[in-house]
Amino acid sequence: MKRRAFIQQSTVASALVGLGGIGLQSFSGPPKKITILHTNDVHSHIDAFGPENGRNPNQGGVARRATLIEGIRAENPHTLLLDAGDIFQGTPYFNYYGGELEFKLMSMLKYDAATIGNHDFDNGLEGLYAQLPHAKFDFVSANYDFSNTIMNTHAKPYRTFVKNGIKIGVFGLGIELAGLVDKQMYKETVYLDPFEIAQDMSRILKENENCDLVICLSHLGYNYKNNDQKPSDLSLAKRTKDIDLFIGGHTHTFLPKPTIVKNSVGDNVMVNQVGCFGINLGKIDFYFDSAKNKSADGVSILV
Amino acid sequence: MKFTNLLLVSVLLLALSCKTPTDVYKIEGKNVNITDSIQADARIETFIKPYREHINKDLDSILGYSVDTYSKSDGHLNTAIGNLMADVVYQEADPVFFKRTGAHIDFVLLNHGGIRSIISKGAITKRTAFEVMPFENSIVVSKLPGAQVQELLDYLARAKRAHPISKLKILLDRESNVIESAVDGVAIDFNKTYYIATNDYLINGGDGMDFFKSSEEVIVLDYKIRNALVDYFMKTDTLNPVADDRFIQLKD
Repeated sequence: MKRRAFIQQSTVASALVGLGGIGLQSFSGPPKKITILHTNDVHSHIDAFGPENGRNPNQGGVARRATLIEGIRAENPHTLLLDAGDIFQGTPYFNYYGGELEFKLMSMLKYDAATIGNHDFDNGLEGLYAQLPHAKFDFVSANYDFSNTIMNTHAKPYRTFVKNGIKIGVFGLGIELAGLVDKQMYKETVYLDPFEIAQDMSRILKENENCDLVICLSHLGYNYKNNDQKPSDLSLAKRTKDIDLFIGGHTHTFLPKPTIVKNSVGDNVMVNQVGCFGINLGKIDFYFDSAKNKSADGVSILV
Repeated sequence: MKFTNLLLVSVLLLALSCKTPTDVYKIEGKNVNITDSIQADARIETFIKPYREHINKDLDSILGYSVDTYSKSDGHLNTAIGNLMADVVYQEADPVFFKRTGAHIDFVLLNHGGIRSIISKGAITKRTAFEVMPFENSIVVSKLPGAQVQELLDYLARAKRAHPISKLKILLDRESNVIESAVDGVAIDFNKTYYIATNDYLINGGDGMDFFKSSEEVIVLDYKIRNALVDYFMKTDTLNPVADDRFIQLKD
């Protein structure tokens, strides 16, 4: 048996060597790089904090974020820009214009998709719906069933993007609204279990849609140390499979760098969140190649 | 045997050569701080400017003057700023409530933590209202049975914090027992129900005010506390609130 295996291996090896010159190089192409940029919980912080601000002096600001993003896109045009919710509420810009300016600016910055945070219900479903014409990007939410609301069909469970031949699936998850948001605001929106939905979504995106990269855009919160029953990005990342990246929000967690955890089948998953108020921009670069570039222990991760 | 090998080779070749490169072999992740070292995008800045100017003009137009600086920490069981807040809620919300229900608000209870900023001596603007009340909390009215009004009084006696009240008077003895309680000067009748104006945070059990869960009815006024403050500021030239005897404790 051993001898047979050896022969088999060596035959394969020589065949590869023989064909190497014609086949492999010419068909597989150069490695590809996909950049994922993300924000969360910007909370209407359009202007940068001033020098007098006690916590974040001279940080943030949409106009600066625009410059940073354009620079990254100039370097790699194969870039996706995502937001993990709570776009609304936090400065008078929201109180005066109801989110109009937030959506217009995100459109100018060419956001590709956003998910819905609890504060995005602050002017009710009608308030969110009224601002949709200003958003030239899509909302993804897989576990809010809006069927019996005005938002019906205006948030998709997921979206797929093709960048440089790489297919990327992005699905959205939102936090339980009961007890957090006034019922009058979310009305007949039905909250579905994030864990079950994440399993469905990862299967659909991986198997039916054949995505090369699956991203969960979540407003569940990073981690709940004192309540491990409460769905969070870390708990979902550990209990699911076929999801490459969790981009989170809600808990305003300033991660110094993305977290790596093992999923239910032992693969690495990246979980990231960039605090709040547009102070930071998350930047994740995925490098793609044929399997030959994978090191012996799989994907190399640098954070 | 030969056939298996051939098959294996062709499968391998297919996998390696004819497929586009779709296997992740490296991931780099980092979080980039947005600081003043990054130049602001001029097009975005120009787009924001008229919105910003409109808001600032509106927020900073002077509505009145405050004779002093008022903080929620100035006082034991009642403070000037807290009394102002609760009195404003009564004054501005009662006509709305009366118009809607034909009844009057009996008294007001807010929470000490809901006062988010001081009011500074000098000009009063809309921005003052945004600073004191940055949240979207709205005024709601609870129809509360007398038994729960008793719980409410016990809560306040136990909390010993200057939770803002209006039209309600409470006197505690040295041991913090309620020895007198009155609504608009009349002793509380614990067999009656009362209409109590509060905010939507407290009505849902915020700050442990569980007695509100026994409300017979909750009337939502769709009136934000901040807007009540703005409405009050617009018709008031001079703010001069005082700490008074509405909630006090006997010293001896």
